[in-house]
Amino acid sequence: MAAGPASHGGHPRAQKPHLSKMERMVVSMQDPDQGVKMRSQRLLITVIPHAVTGNDVMEWLIHKYCITEEEALHLGTLLVRHGYLYPLRDPCHLELRLDETPYRFQTPYFWMSTLWPAAELDYAIYLAKKNIRKRGGLFDHEKEHYDQLHRKISHTWDLVVMQAREQLWAAKQRRKGDRLVIACQEQTYWLVNRPPPGVPSVLEQGPERNSCTAGRVQMTKTVDFYRREVECLRKALGRARVKSSVCLEAYLKFSSQRGPHDPIMSGCLPSNPWVTDNDTYWAMNAPSAAVPTRLRVEQWAFSFRELLEDPVGRAHFMDFLRKEFSAENLSFWEACEELRHGGQAQVPALVDAVYQQFLAPGAARWVNIDSRTMERTLVGLGRPHRHVLDDAQLHIYMLMKKDSYPRFLKSDLYKDLLAEAVVPPETKRRVFPFMRKPRHSSPSPALLPASASREPSGGDGEA
Amino acid sequence: MKTRRTLKGHGNKVLCMDWCKDKRRIVSSSQDGKVIVWDSFTTNKEHAVTMPCTWVMACAYAPSGCAIACGGLDNKCSVYPLTFDKNENMAAKKKSVAMHTNYLSACSFTNSDMQILTASGDGTCALWDVESGQLLQSFHGHGADVLCLDLAPSETGNTFVSGGCDKKAMVWDMRSGQCVQAFETHESDINSVRYYPSGDAFASGSDDATCRLYDLRADREVAIYSKESIIFGASSVDFSLSGRLLFAGYNDYTINVWDVLKGSRVSILFGHENRVSTLRVSPDGTAFCSGSWDHTLRAQPQALLLEVALPGLEPSDRPGPSAPVNLRGRARTTCKTTCSGIKMGPVSQKLPKPAFQSTLFK
Repeated sequence: MAAGPASHGGHPRAQKPHLSKMERMVVSMQDPDQGVKMRSQRLLITVIPHAVTGNDVMEWLIHKYCITEEEALHLGTLLVRHGYLYPLRDPCHLELRLDETPYRFQTPYFWMSTLWPAAELDYAIYLAKKNIRKRGGLFDHEKEHYDQLHRKISHTWDLVVMQAREQLWAAKQRRKGDRLVIACQEQTYWLVNRPPPGVPSVLEQGPERNSCTAGRVQMTKTVDFYRREVECLRKALGRARVKSSVCLEAYLKFSSQRGPHDPIMSGCLPSNPWVTDNDTYWAMNAPSAAVPTRLRVEQWAFSFRELLEDPVGRAHFMDFLRKEFSAENLSFWEACEELRHGGQAQVPALVDAVYQQFLAPGAARWVNIDSRTMERTLVGLGRPHRHVLDDAQLHIYMLMKKDSYPRFLKSDLYKDLLAEAVVPPETKRRVFPFMRKPRHSSPSPALLPASASREPSGGDGEA
Repeated sequence: MKTRRTLKGHGNKVLCMDWCKDKRRIVSSSQDGKVIVWDSFTTNKEHAVTMPCTWVMACAYAPSGCAIACGGLDNKCSVYPLTFDKNENMAAKKKSVAMHTNYLSACSFTNSDMQILTASGDGTCALWDVESGQLLQSFHGHGADVLCLDLAPSETGNTFVSGGCDKKAMVWDMRSGQCVQAFETHESDINSVRYYPSGDAFASGSDDATCRLYDLRADREVAIYSKESIIFGASSVDFSLSGRLLFAGYNDYTINVWDVLKGSRVSILFGHENRVSTLRVSPDGTAFCSGSWDHTLRAQPQALLLEVALPGLEPSDRPGPSAPVNLRGRARTTCKTTCSGIKMGPVSQKLPKPAFQSTLFK
């Protein structure tokens, strides 16, 4: 497991902003006026001052951050797990209990952010102390570690034992209360840094970031860097900006328009497959469904992009275009999409095919592009690359969007589709919820033959 | 919201997941190098591959559903075609597509199976041709590791956004390789970026425990989603289908659901026992799946109860154009007033318990 606070170069604290936030929280909890109510806790015959109970901590969190009990409990538990609060009784499980168990705030010496490397030697001394203090007082995993360490640093084992004895003797000089507190603090520290098996380590952060020197080299302020910055800022100045209020209105409009289509907000008919184990919803909305649902047909009116993204919608649009004798526009657009997203090796062949079919003078399915774009495209065709038809594609797309698409939405074809569209009835909740329906598996898309899984391009096939 | 499916099968931390276009299959990758394809509706595992490296931090499902891509500490992105042939070993057909000089943090197919976009710890993003492994375009500009990327759902389909350890989110033009826009308001590493469904904005989740919404046309940050009680970083964000809700998974093992327009938190979900590393909403918006370091993935459907919690924002009800503009500045105060409502007022009684039990369906 990659625990290793010492392995961070660069900015260790910057990588763990949550630790500094937790510390701020803990410090404010210890505030004498605004903090958690502290009391003196009686443990057997000693009295420990400045102790808090789990309930107090939770109440304080609820009050300060206006959160629910559950969240407060969760937050408190995280504080304990990171070692900022330790229990005075039974400190081998780090959790926030809501009974009268007393807790205290960990001394900053042992905070996680100090990034003491929690060295092997210190751990060995701690285990030795525990062993000396009480024979057989080590847990199983601790015994294993102890043996491991003994093997590893056997040459300095005398030092370890000597240190352990020293510390135990020094501890005896203190009052019983202090001794207990220091023992609990240390135990919590080691529980955080050497968690028992089965307990996830809070130290783990994942692979190291910012370790690449190439990135840091880029950060040096060379002339090149500034030149790029200036260029970027110049472009930014020249950009036309829209007022935020206008953008936010656009979001409102978008969200309210899509609200009924969002299964979260409005549920889905007949039922959400995940809730009722019934996948009729998916069957009805399959990409190749014969009769689309009403919501789906309505969605085609939201934007041209959504009409084209839906295979059924696109097919109906193609039918409409055929009636208007402008089907070659959509076919051209589809061919360009295939070029843009296809494999690199197919680019020259595809460009040629598109040219022959759509752009060459006297081509079978000639598309109407304005002369400037056509000239630019023809020049670019000399050196075909995947973006050579982008201008022409955009021109045709806009043509369809501004001209054919609004006509499609007003057409009888679309109105008929809306009228015929099915609104599935809601499935009633099962009367016997414990009788679970068997969940049907669906064929994996990987099983379908390759040609069927790709979207049909140029689907009309008529000259 | 209840957990409807708990997918157990990874022996180690789940790092990344992606949905298939058929709305039920997912691919997930974990720390021990295992990449598993599940049918999450039936919880069956369909394919499993073991990568030769650990910490597979990126995985993606091809749009056709016939292949998956994954990569991590091996600095490469590999594409595996999915096959049901028992005689074929999936690892044998592996194609190494991308080569970076540091770990691979994110990968995504573009509109087809033929091109892959990758982001890496070496500070660059790159576009590759799958068939030949050729580098089509590279994107330089981040000053540190790039941790995430997302493709724009736009009509021309030419841009994507990436976020990195330099606290910047940058929007790139795929054709020219230039950075079109950059946003730098986060205070720490950006772990995840996701476009708003209309493509005009994107949200980012960061280690500074906030999620922010940036608008591309206004060229600035327009909302911050934060709360004082949330102190752990957000590891992944995703929008619901209508863009009204933002789901964010955090390193404190919870998932917070934010109302995008109001800037307030709608709900908090517990259940994971370690940090939530990845979160994606399904392509049709019926459920979202979260993967966590506690070795599990949980699929949770969206629930009808949210209708009660969110009164619709009718244009006539809106207090006026000034209020939405103040979304950003007022984010904190809105939080305080609404959340005291959530804690004590009638709203919380209408909301069923946000916590879910992890019911195991076999």
